[in-house]
Amino acid sequence: MSRRHSPTRGAHPGTDRPAGCEDRQPVMEVQDLSVRYGNAPALRDVTLTIPRGCITAVVGPSGCGKSTFLTCLNRLSDLVPDCRVTGSVRFEDRDILNGDTDLVALRRRVGMIFQKPNPFPLSIRKNLTFPLRHHGSPSGKALEEKVEQILCQVGLWDEVKDRLDAPALELSGGQQQRLCLARALVLEPRVLLLDEPCSALDPITGGVVEDLILSLRGQYTVVVVTHNLAQARRIADEVAVFWVRHGVGTLIEDGPVGQIFDAPRSERTAEYVRGIRG
Amino acid sequence: MRDAPAPAVPSLPRGGTDWADRAVTAAVWSVALLFTGVFLWIVGDLVRHGLPHLSWGFLTDAPMDAGRAGGIAPILVSTFLIVGVCLAVSLPLGVGTAVFLAEFSRGESLPARLVRGSLDVLAGVPSIVFGLFGNALFSLYLGMGFSILSGGLTLACMVLPILIRSTEEGLRAVPDDYRKAAAALGLSRTATLWRILLPAATPGLVVGLVLGIGRALSETAALLFTSGYVARMPGSLLDSGRSLTVHIYDLAMNVPGGEANAYATAVVLVTLLLVINMLTFQIADRWLHRRITRT
Repeated sequence: MSRRHSPTRGAHPGTDRPAGCEDRQPVMEVQDLSVRYGNAPALRDVTLTIPRGCITAVVGPSGCGKSTFLTCLNRLSDLVPDCRVTGSVRFEDRDILNGDTDLVALRRRVGMIFQKPNPFPLSIRKNLTFPLRHHGSPSGKALEEKVEQILCQVGLWDEVKDRLDAPALELSGGQQQRLCLARALVLEPRVLLLDEPCSALDPITGGVVEDLILSLRGQYTVVVVTHNLAQARRIADEVAVFWVRHGVGTLIEDGPVGQIFDAPRSERTAEYVRGIRG
Repeated sequence: MRDAPAPAVPSLPRGGTDWADRAVTAAVWSVALLFTGVFLWIVGDLVRHGLPHLSWGFLTDAPMDAGRAGGIAPILVSTFLIVGVCLAVSLPLGVGTAVFLAEFSRGESLPARLVRGSLDVLAGVPSIVFGLFGNALFSLYLGMGFSILSGGLTLACMVLPILIRSTEEGLRAVPDDYRKAAAALGLSRTATLWRILLPAATPGLVVGLVLGIGRALSETAALLFTSGYVARMPGSLLDSGRSLTVHIYDLAMNVPGGEANAYATAVVLVTLLLVINMLTFQIADRWLHRRITRT
């Protein structure tokens, strides 16, 4: 774990991280987002700006609507029957909550990784080529090169290059999660949504995935839901703290990681990040 | 364990139902043995009576003397044709309905409840009733007469509930993770269904298929009214054709001196069932493997 404290790793934001996040250009603007499941409200009036190229961590206790919030950003909330989303999420000059949004195009630009690694029951190679081909990408040699390049990017190439045709479900949990990341990255998304990507992994493999997330900074906009405050502190540029108020999840504070952890404005946030509550 | 030295810490109190445990174990074992015994008895009886009359000629010759002599070639052909028609109709319809029930009507909609209710009733309808229905609809109303086509279609109606239910269960057993992953990648519903969900549901489908083929192959009553019992080689699907089961029934009940060939035919039928079951599982296995690896 000492690797975590190496000088290239960012315990202090803004000092030693790759460029790409400094200008804080908004890429997604969430306005008054509320979500109900049937008659039960799950999330109320969330307003948050996601800056381009940064890693935004969404933290908070269980049941505060973090994951619900995340699924609104790529409209995966549509899969839940009776789920009603109101408010607006502006992304690339349009409100993606609008009925006429092209979901295929949206989800191609806004990729997602889940808590439990979920590679398809196909070979390692096909896990990458199937989505690529579906979106009309190159075939033959170009496709092979793309597969190699993306597997290198997630550090999986050396581990799997001799068994690309083996079932992906034979990989270890950490490898599966990196494959899922590769599968999302291969479509070249602008934004990556990560729903507790390390919490189903042991600390070592979780650390590998965490390093990988950090390496995406600048190149992609990352929104990561995490239970792990230490992780949020290590990797995030921006932190959004969600809380349960009157049984409904809501955003209580957001800002640069330094502010949230060292000088929080809200008393609740202060207690939460100090481990007194939550 | 009883001879082990006494442990230093007080041991767990012994349960007082030791005898009950043993009685249940004994009962479970005897039931298992009983069923295996019955199965072996049936197969043994068939083999003992039927095997001496089996020969290559029995499979390739036409029956003679009302089936007392000769073989069962045309009957085998008719049987294959009837089962073929049955599967050609029931497989696409069954998989389609299962997809509708499992993937497109998750919220227990009214149409889904209606379809499911009808299927449960259909699954319990006696085959002779299916025979009467098939006779009225296919043979008479639609003018197909006593034909392999009528028989196959009637069997399709009988097999559908089994096929749909097990394919539906297969689809429901596919983890939602795959659906979420596919949706998050912007894959269309069709592609997800075709490339991910159906292959993952194949084990359920295969079980339904094997049960369905089994039911189709072993059906007699429904075929008496629909495909008839002409023992000639069929020239087309509109000819009447006698299935193996009908042949066994006829030889055993209507033809004095036909028992020997009835047994021989039964051996062929049971062997056929076993072979088809094994083949189906193996083909599905291979297909699945190809599906996983082929680029």
